Order: sequence, then C-alpha cells, then structure tokens
Amino acid sequence: MAAKTLYDKLWDAHVVRSGDDGASLIYIDRQLVHEVTSPQAFEGLRLANRKPWRVGANLATPDHNVPTTDRTAGIEDPIARLQVETLDKNCDYFGITEFKMDDIRQGIVHVVGPEQGATLPGMTVVCGDSHTSTHGAFGALAHGIGTSEVEHVLATQCLIQKKSNSLLISVDGRVADGVTAKDIVLAIIGEIGTAGGTGYAIEFSGEAIMALSMEGRMTVCNMAIEAGARAGIIAVDQTTIDYVEGRPYAPKGDQWTMAVEAWADLHSDADAKFDKVVHLDATIIKPQVTWGTSPEMVIAIDATVPNPADETDTVKRTGMEAALKYMGLQANVPINQVKIDRSFIGSCTNSRIEDLRAAAGVAKGRKVAESVKQALVVPGSGLVKQQAEAEGLDKIFIAAGFEWREPGCSMCLAMNADRLGAGERCASTSNRNFEGRQGQGGRTHLVSPEMAAAAAIAGHFIDVADLETLAEGIEG
Amino acid sequence: MKKFTKLTGTAIPLDRANVDTDAIIPKQFLKSIERSGFGPNLFDEWRYLDHGEPGMDSSGRPINPDFVLNKKRYQGASVLLARENFGCGSSREHAPWALEDFGIRCIIAPSFADIFFNNCFKNGILPIVQSGDVVNRLFKACESTEGYQLTVDLTAQTITTPDGESFDFEVEVFRKHCLLNGLDDIGLTLQHVEDIKAYEVRRKLEAPWLFV
Ligand code: SF4
Repeated sequence: MAAKTLYDKLWDAHVVRSGDDGASLIYIDRQLVHEVTSPQAFEGLRLANRKPWRVGANLATPDHNVPTTDRTAGIEDPIARLQVETLDKNCDYFGITEFKMDDIRQGIVHVVGPEQGATLPGMTVVCGDSHTSTHGAFGALAHGIGTSEVEHVLATQCLIQKKSNSLLISVDGRVADGVTAKDIVLAIIGEIGTAGGTGYAIEFSGEAIMALSMEGRMTVCNMAIEAGARAGIIAVDQTTIDYVEGRPYAPKGDQWTMAVEAWADLHSDADAKFDKVVHLDATIIKPQVTWGTSPEMVIAIDATVPNPADETDTVKRTGMEAALKYMGLQANVPINQVKIDRSFIGSCTNSRIEDLRAAAGVAKGRKVAESVKQALVVPGSGLVKQQAEAEGLDKIFIAAGFEWREPGCSMCLAMNADRLGAGERCASTSNRNFEGRQGQGGRTHLVSPEMAAAAAIAGHFIDVADLETLAEGIEG
Repeated sequence: MKKFTKLTGTAIPLDRANVDTDAIIPKQFLKSIERSGFGPNLFDEWRYLDHGEPGMDSSGRPINPDFVLNKKRYQGASVLLARENFGCGSSREHAPWALEDFGIRCIIAPSFADIFFNNCFKNGILPIVQSGDVVNRLFKACESTEGYQLTVDLTAQTITTPDGESFDFEVEVFRKHCLLNGLDDIGLTLQHVEDIKAYEVRRKLEAPWLFV
C-alpha cells in the first residue's frame, strides 16, 4: 500500500462518494455551532422543511456576542441579544445540545469542543468559523465553513469538497526557554506569508511541535488559517491521548480501548509524499510581535520596525506604508520601545488554562503600568475560569491590576462592549491584527500571553526575560 | 441561488492586496439574523466617514469621496477587480452576501482566500483567478477608460474586454454546473441519501464511538 500522509488518511476515511470531477462528498463527524453564522442556516432548514440529519453530531454555544461583564441582567445590546436568543430558540427547536450563556460549560466554541472531548482524533470537525482549524491539533481534519455549508452539514451530515494539496511544516530542534507556541506560529507565518498555505492542508511536525502541550498545539493549528490554510493538523501521540481521556464526550470502556488502538495510525507514514515541505529552525525563533495589519508583518522582540524603502516589490511596499500609517509607527523604531494603551489576554488562540497560568506567572507580584488604560483577562470557557479560580490565578491578576472577566470572544473581534478606541494600541493574544478588528481605528499587535502580560506591566512591548532586569533597575 | 451565465457589466478596481472579510463587511453588521440587506454596508469603514451601526439609514451618511466605490464613474458596477489574497480572514458568508446585495456578480483577482472563494459560488458570484499580469492590465485599462465594461461568459469560460481581447479562465466542472443552473447544493447531495446511509453503517462498525 502506498505511504499516506495524515491528511490522506483522514480524507480517505471520510469519503462517502467521489465524483468524476474531483469533488467528493465528505462525511462530517462533528459540527460546532455559534450564534453569528448559524441563524440563516437554521432559517434555510426550516424554509425547506428539512431536519438535522444527525442531531447528536452538533454542539452549540454562544460566544461572539456575549458580554464578559456581569451577565445576570442578560445582554444589553438588543441586536446581540436577539442573535443569542435566536441560537437558543433554534437549538431548542431542533433538539441540539447547547451550552447557554448561564451554563458553566459555555465559552468560545474552539475552547469548548476540545475541553468536552467533543473534538476527537480522527474526526472531521467543522464550524461556521475560520478558526475551526484549531481542532486539527487532535489529529482531526477540521476547517471553517460558510453559513450555506453550515446548513448543508445540518441537512446532510456531509460537505462537497475537493481535496487540498499537502504542506508539511517541520519545526526542527527545540525552542529556547521563554519561546511559546504563539511565537512558533507567528514565526511560521512570517516565513511563509498569509497566503503561503492557500490551497493546502498544513501538517505541523518536528521536535518543537511534538514537544508542545495540547494547548500549545491548539494555538499553532488555530493560526493555520492566518497562513491561508483552511486546515492545520498535528499527528496523534501520547500527549493527545492523555488530554482526551476522561473528558465528558470521550469514548469510555471498551470503546476507549478500541479508539486508542485506531488512533495509533493517525500520523503520516515515514515515506509519505507531501506536495510541499518547509523546514524551520526552532532554535533561532525569538518571542514575536506583529508590527502591521496582517499577521505576516511580524518581527522578533529585539528587532526594529521594518522600512518600506527596503522593499523592492511595489505592491508589498505600498502595503507596508499603509500598515505603518494605520499603526501610527515609524520605520526603524525598536519594537520594544513602542508603548501600549491596552492589553488583552484571551481568544480561541490563547485563553486556555495553560495560557492563563503563563500570563499569571508573569503578572504575579507586579503591577500594570499607570500608563496602561486597561488590561483584560478573558478565559476561554466557564470551566477554564473555574479552574483558574481554583488555582488562585484570578487573585494574582486582580492584585496586579488586570480585569477578570466572563468567558467569550470579547476584544478579539469587539462585537460586544470590549473594544479599542481609535488610535489605541493593544498587546493582544488573539489571532488577527487587521484594520479595525478590535475596534475602529484600533491598533493590534499579536503576541503571546506572556508578552501581553509583560507589556501591560512595562507599559511597552518587552521580552519577558527583560522584565526581571527592568524590575531590578527600578529597585536598585 | 441566482444563475450565472453571461454578464456584461462595469468593472470597478479595488487596488489593495489582502482585503479581508472584516473590511468587506465589518463585524457589527454580523449581528443580523437576516441574509440580505448588507449592500449599503459593504466596505463600510472605507466607504463612509462616520462609524456605521446596524439599523442605521446609510443614505444620509457622510461618504469618503476618495474611496473607489463612491466614484460616480463606477456606479452600478458588477465586476470587481481585486488584488492578491482577496477575502482572507473570517469565514463570514456575510461578505459575499454584501457584495451580491451591492450588485457584484464577478470578482477577478490573482488569488483568493479559500473559504471566501467557496462561499462566492454558494451565492451566485463567480470568482475568477487570472495571472498577476492580466489583472494588472485590466486594472490599468479600467482606471484609464471611463465606462470600462467586461463581458464574462461562464459557458465559454472567457472574459472579453471592450476592444474584443479575450482571456480564458478555469472553473471546476461541478461549480460551473451549479452556477449555470442556479442549483442548490443540498438538493444535489440529498440525491445520494443511500450512499450517506451506507457510509454510516460501515463507519459505525469501524468507529462506533463517533456515533454515541
Ligand atoms: S475568539 Fe476571536 S477568532 Fe476565536 S472564534 Fe472568537 S472571534 Fe473568532
């Protein structure tokens, strides 16, 4: 039998029917649903008098529009409220399990799925959200879809798809201390560009990737879409299995044994052929900060803001000039001198317990700088919040001057009240630094949770390692 | 879904690379539970000088005269010329809904983001990939000629300029078939109900834990 990539294996296991023109009917094992991209899909279903094909394959929770402040009074914004209520009504009507706003299990879909064991190795997972790539961390084929496809999956449990090309990104060697999963993925995007993965399913591998925890792997796969790939996947190993075991939706008893046996095959065969292979040296990756309005506009914390004059490609140069103007930055300025107004720790990229532990580790015993207007910590789910509180992380954050909030997407896309004002600069652990993403005129710099915490304390971007010297300098 | 067969329409050049779906339709408009009415808010942040919110009447809002969508010569345009990686970012189908509602039926660019590309076909919009050279030439011609119109023929898979020059383009057979006939994917898939059921029976034996 020919050697297969992990992507080949996942694809082959889900083909219901292949057409003669390369478009196949692919079976979907799990659909995650949220309030923003589902109302029109449910409406379509109702208009056509259709029912969900397999109700139990769907799991819903509101996340984009929910307030992160006190929720006892409900949602103030009437339009947002209607959308969340519409999700509740649709789920009740069709019998779909939903973790509603007051459920401890509510949270960002991409945090909730894995946390519940609703995302399993070997599955196909979809959601009307581009960051569905997150779930690929489990050796699952996971990608975002549009609302028409949400309806298609509800009605048929299938998608019509063409197989992508395969791209292997191997991050070789180990990263230095203080370099996180977020830094790895930002470095990858800096290397291949935001369209570098277009048309590909990316498999992330190499020592630096396999050394990551599941949280770290999810951070990496989460941003596969920022490299243009709909799906990012990582092979299954003991780390994956240990994470999944015992979760509410994970298989139990004999089925668990059977599943673990089947999952042992979820890796690329040694001699499998990829359409493209990229190698990155992990040892030279440093903590990363984006400087522009696209995730590929990224530099190391000890670097200076690039100069468009050095760029020979005219389209790129114009893009850089526009980005610097929007970001209110000068070329050649050391990025660690750039001051911030707000810091945001959260989003489906970095709001899991490990991210909060890392940020709290930096915040412990320190204070948010006077010049920083707001430092927000938004856990990814109610259960993450509960766990963090059990560990006392909330107290550390609050003592340091951070705000401790209820779970949701929050300032990642600013659909609720959490947002940047025009011209405000934010150190953010989210995944998109597009113009206006965190509020009209807002300026987003993507960083790791450690750096977002450190920047809140220093008042400017800073290598966590330098925070020590800074403190000593002040004391001495 | 609206059919797409042959279209002759004014072209409008949007000269920016990496235009993301947040720019095409800003997030505040995603709170709507409707599928239509997004046209007035297409490119809202670039198009108007004030901040737009859902439910606002856009007809009286101050417009940005420099933004291409507001130029008189491009009114009524239906063919959008765009640059690399058009439609990147969020998977929101509100982006093609807004474009379609505004009147755009065809987009020509050197490359598109995958999810957006796919979403276009579901909404009667034809996205066409052309080489950077061809796109450059179309941009130049369009910017220098008022009332520049392109004819896009899906059956023949050609784009024809006003001087009769013609460029071929590629499109997947299945997608072409659906667009030409305005077919709904769900109906097509449901013709294969027996295949889906057979798959489920087979898969349940191999991986029963996926069906609990
Ligand atoms: S946290 Fe941000 S990126 Fe993730 S699903 Fe929510 S809005 Fe999208």
